[in-house]
Amino acid sequence: MMTLLLLFIPLVSAIIVYLAGQKLASKVALSLAVVELVLSGVALSVYLKEGPEPFYIFHDWIASPKISFHLALDGLSLLLVLLTNLLTPIIILSAFRRLIPNAKSYFALILMMQFALVGVFMAMDGLLYYIFWELALIPIYFIALRWGGPNRVPITLKFFIYTLAGSLLMLFGFIMLYWYNPQQSFDIRELYELAISGSNQSWLFWMFFLAFAIKIPIVPFHTWQADTYREAPTQGTMLLSGIMLKMGLYSLLRWLLPVLPLGVAQWGPLAITLCVVGIVYASIIAIKQNNIKNLLAYSSLAHVGLISAGIFAMNLHGFQGSVVQMLAHGINVVGLFYCADIIFNRTNTLSIDGLGGIRNLAPKFTTMFMVILLGSVALPLTNGFIGEFLLLYGVYQYNVWLCVFAGLTIILGAVYMLRMFKKVMLGNVGSGVQSFPDLHWNEFLALGIIVVLVIVMGLYPKPVLDIAEPALQLILEKSIVQ
Amino acid sequence: MTQNVLNDPTLLFLGLLIPLFPLLGFLVNGLLGKFLPKASAGWIGSGVVLASFLCVLCIFNAVSAQDVIRIDVFDWIVFSGIDISFGFSIDPLTVIMMLVVTGVGFLIHLYSIGYMHDDDGFGRFFTYLNLFIFFMLLLVMGSNYLMMFIGWEGVGLCSYLLIGFWFKKDAYNDAAQKAFVMNRIGDLGFLIAMFFLLFQFGTLDFAAIEKLVPGITSHQGLITTIALLLFIGAIGKSAQLPLYTWLPDAMAGPTPVSALIHAATMVTAGIYMIVRSNVLFAMSSVALQVILAIGVVTSVFAAIIGLKQNDIKKVLAYSTVSQLGLMFVALGLGAFTSGIFHLVTHAFFKALLFLGAGSVIHALHGEQDIRNMGGLKKLIPITYITFLLASLAISGFPLLSGFFSKDEILAHAFQQNILIWIILSISSLLTAFYMFRLVYLTFHNSFRGTDETKHHIHESPWTMTVPLVILCALSVVGGVLGLPAVFHAQHWLAGYLSNVTAGSLPYLHHPEHLSHSLEIILMSIAGAGAILMILFARHQYVTKKQLPPSDVSLTGFEKLVANKFYVDELYERFISQPVFKLSDAFGGFVDKQIVDRLVNGVGTLVDMSGKTLRLFQTGSTGFYVFAMVLGMIVLFIIRLLI
Repeated sequence: MMTLLLLFIPLVSAIIVYLAGQKLASKVALSLAVVELVLSGVALSVYLKEGPEPFYIFHDWIASPKISFHLALDGLSLLLVLLTNLLTPIIILSAFRRLIPNAKSYFALILMMQFALVGVFMAMDGLLYYIFWELALIPIYFIALRWGGPNRVPITLKFFIYTLAGSLLMLFGFIMLYWYNPQQSFDIRELYELAISGSNQSWLFWMFFLAFAIKIPIVPFHTWQADTYREAPTQGTMLLSGIMLKMGLYSLLRWLLPVLPLGVAQWGPLAITLCVVGIVYASIIAIKQNNIKNLLAYSSLAHVGLISAGIFAMNLHGFQGSVVQMLAHGINVVGLFYCADIIFNRTNTLSIDGLGGIRNLAPKFTTMFMVILLGSVALPLTNGFIGEFLLLYGVYQYNVWLCVFAGLTIILGAVYMLRMFKKVMLGNVGSGVQSFPDLHWNEFLALGIIVVLVIVMGLYPKPVLDIAEPALQLILEKSIVQ
Repeated sequence: MTQNVLNDPTLLFLGLLIPLFPLLGFLVNGLLGKFLPKASAGWIGSGVVLASFLCVLCIFNAVSAQDVIRIDVFDWIVFSGIDISFGFSIDPLTVIMMLVVTGVGFLIHLYSIGYMHDDDGFGRFFTYLNLFIFFMLLLVMGSNYLMMFIGWEGVGLCSYLLIGFWFKKDAYNDAAQKAFVMNRIGDLGFLIAMFFLLFQFGTLDFAAIEKLVPGITSHQGLITTIALLLFIGAIGKSAQLPLYTWLPDAMAGPTPVSALIHAATMVTAGIYMIVRSNVLFAMSSVALQVILAIGVVTSVFAAIIGLKQNDIKKVLAYSTVSQLGLMFVALGLGAFTSGIFHLVTHAFFKALLFLGAGSVIHALHGEQDIRNMGGLKKLIPITYITFLLASLAISGFPLLSGFFSKDEILAHAFQQNILIWIILSISSLLTAFYMFRLVYLTFHNSFRGTDETKHHIHESPWTMTVPLVILCALSVVGGVLGLPAVFHAQHWLAGYLSNVTAGSLPYLHHPEHLSHSLEIILMSIAGAGAILMILFARHQYVTKKQLPPSDVSLTGFEKLVANKFYVDELYERFISQPVFKLSDAFGGFVDKQIVDRLVNGVGTLVDMSGKTLRLFQTGSTGFYVFAMVLGMIVLFIIRLLI
């Protein structure tokens, strides 16, 4: 019951918001998202007491091909659902006091997105999962297309086609798995037990990997990202970078590694190399970006590269690091894009060269921006550090040199982030900055929550580690070829 | 080396309070500062550090050489093969460091009340300063490497915030960023060293590792790797070659910051880290040799640069780099306690020198170029006398603190390698010379600035002079911490730290002790050399009234030295610029022209094939029938052929 509520409240909320009309849309959306968040909190306490059993749901749905309505919530899924439901109200709150035409559709689409994302993280039937995966693309496509920047049309189209192409490969992959499965179903428990030959797994690996690699994205499948992040409206960028790319990372853990262990054994080394090269490549590109959103996009690319590398390192430390960092990155990147939005809202520019000296005018904003930025450059006692520490340790156990190379990110990250901060926030007031009112209440609240999370998670990551461990242990057992 | 664990709840509580006080100060000033009167920030900030210092004194009173206090606060990262707790451990080494951090730290806080009085960011300054003390205490109190690393990067953050304290000036912001990034290079080494340790031992706890390390004696390569990686971290933090260039630039920060962070405490973290890991380092002779080499070279190199600097704070900065090099020499020689001894005396006199320089700058309303000073000794007498005594101490004037601590390192060098002793002696002579060049140019002869400035020169307020006087007393008598055997005294510090370094003794090479007569001869040489150099400087700058020429008129070697051997320029040219170029190339060419074009190419290909195939869909039935027949014929032929 609880599972169904968690899944369907956002869908119902979307409809209510659409019916509530333009004026009330934002407030209704926020209240309903908070309801969902509270429910997630309840789910968390139930999980801590009784474990994953109460959340298990299994109904036959379509007889042939056999597709079932199979939902479950283990530690991994629970954390990502929590992340989604925590970020959604923050994202909605960030849209307050902004002029948004046709607000009811906008907020309804955001909640639709939440519905699809929660579905992705809970679905345990391959095809059901695939449906949610594709469903998530539709609202974000419209959000970017209707509320985006001046170049939105071609860029959104490219984003749509690119990720859709990847997803199609995955669909083929699932169909192949279906045929390889003697039980003829998409049930994850059966998929984990399949004995598929190494050469077939090799093909299947690429079908799934490409779909996920485009979504995450892993270099070199990333070229849709910076443009889309820049052109999408802020809330769209937050949804994309904060939650949607976690779909890809989550899927590596849930649907790739344990299902195709032989494929991973064969291609994992190449994948982890791509990830690590991508980290350094993206970090170096970020240094000279002149648009804040572009810089954040490349920074995000570097971060998710490290998360993927930790996953392909195939050990519990890398896995744990990836989960902590998925949460940390989600929180931080939403905060950073919100800071970018606040700057754009007041100055009408995101060009780093034209800005400067904002610290003189908005000290509260500066402090919060700084704390989130420190989380992003993984300073100890912030959430980013725990994740990066475990991820790099995971990669270290895989290969020391890869770890050293990936570790360059802690130097380069400091270079590009501080360089941006210096040019935008410090110095004398720049030509592009006329007036800069400090944070309004909704901005203060949204950033404040993020700042608290940055520090609390960095100081006490134990609950996250404890919740994720059993699920990850299981995945690891299935992923390693005996 | 039996350890006695103290479990007295009062002590545990006191231990916990030590870092909590500055944290409290940080929170109060940071969050509530705007509701309080402006002046209160300084008193709150100083008060909390004083409170910490008093707690440290109580702990000091309770912790004798064999004792240790362990405080485990909570499990931090604990799962599958990792066991890292968020905890503190207080042993004699930690006590010494805490005394320096909170003691000198308090004096500098007090001083800042006067120094920063007119600054708009008065409250912000104390907020950052308290945060710094908090992180520095975490660094020295942490019970494992990861705790140390929190403090390690935390002080780096505070250093960044305080160097760029006057954030409107771009040059200062650049200096702050440079410090952070160069430190991060070292931090990567530290981080990877931790991975090695964690992988090998499953823990990062100091005590546990000290017990486990002897078990891997046969893996020399591994021990050396770990030690050298840790040392990379120390190089960054303690500004040694090749990662020292951030420290002179860090002088952009307010002068109390230079005294606290960039002289007395943070930059000595590298020394602390190595002494903390002394067993590990002692087991790798290669690592010790590397430390020794880097320490020696840095010590001389920085002293040479110090000869030609004209900014009062820059001279002191290079002097700090040089003295830190000397401390590393001590560590490289296996004389860990001597390194700490010099760390402590250096904290006294170098903090004093910076505060004195601050007092001068304060009196001259921001002037830092010694060519525009002179004749200040009558105008600001307290500053002058304390500065003079500190300069004597650092130069190794007999019986002052620096004399004893430096002499101890020189004696170790003499025992093990006479060449090192010679180089260090030269470095000491240079130190005496550039320090007195500074003293004479600043305080003697007549004032070289404008009358207008001269008119306004005044001695600093008591909040500034009291710390000067206390530090001066410590600089003078600090040597009692480690009087040599020649003086028929117990080396107190060596005794107090004996348990900390006991584990490394079996791995170190122990040459014969120097005979007392030889020791006295060495001391006399050092003392006489220092006095001679002081007199030489006096001859040059007081008798002959020489003035350093303007920068443009320099040629040859002098120009090279005055421009700090162009190291910054080399780094800029061969590291920063290539990275920027690479960034342009990756972002502009590779990403847009290659990767994205390939992606778009796939799209275009699909588009084109669609367009081409579309042409066949003519809608004419005749064409379709024709095509069908053609196809059948082709199939038929293929069938025939196979």
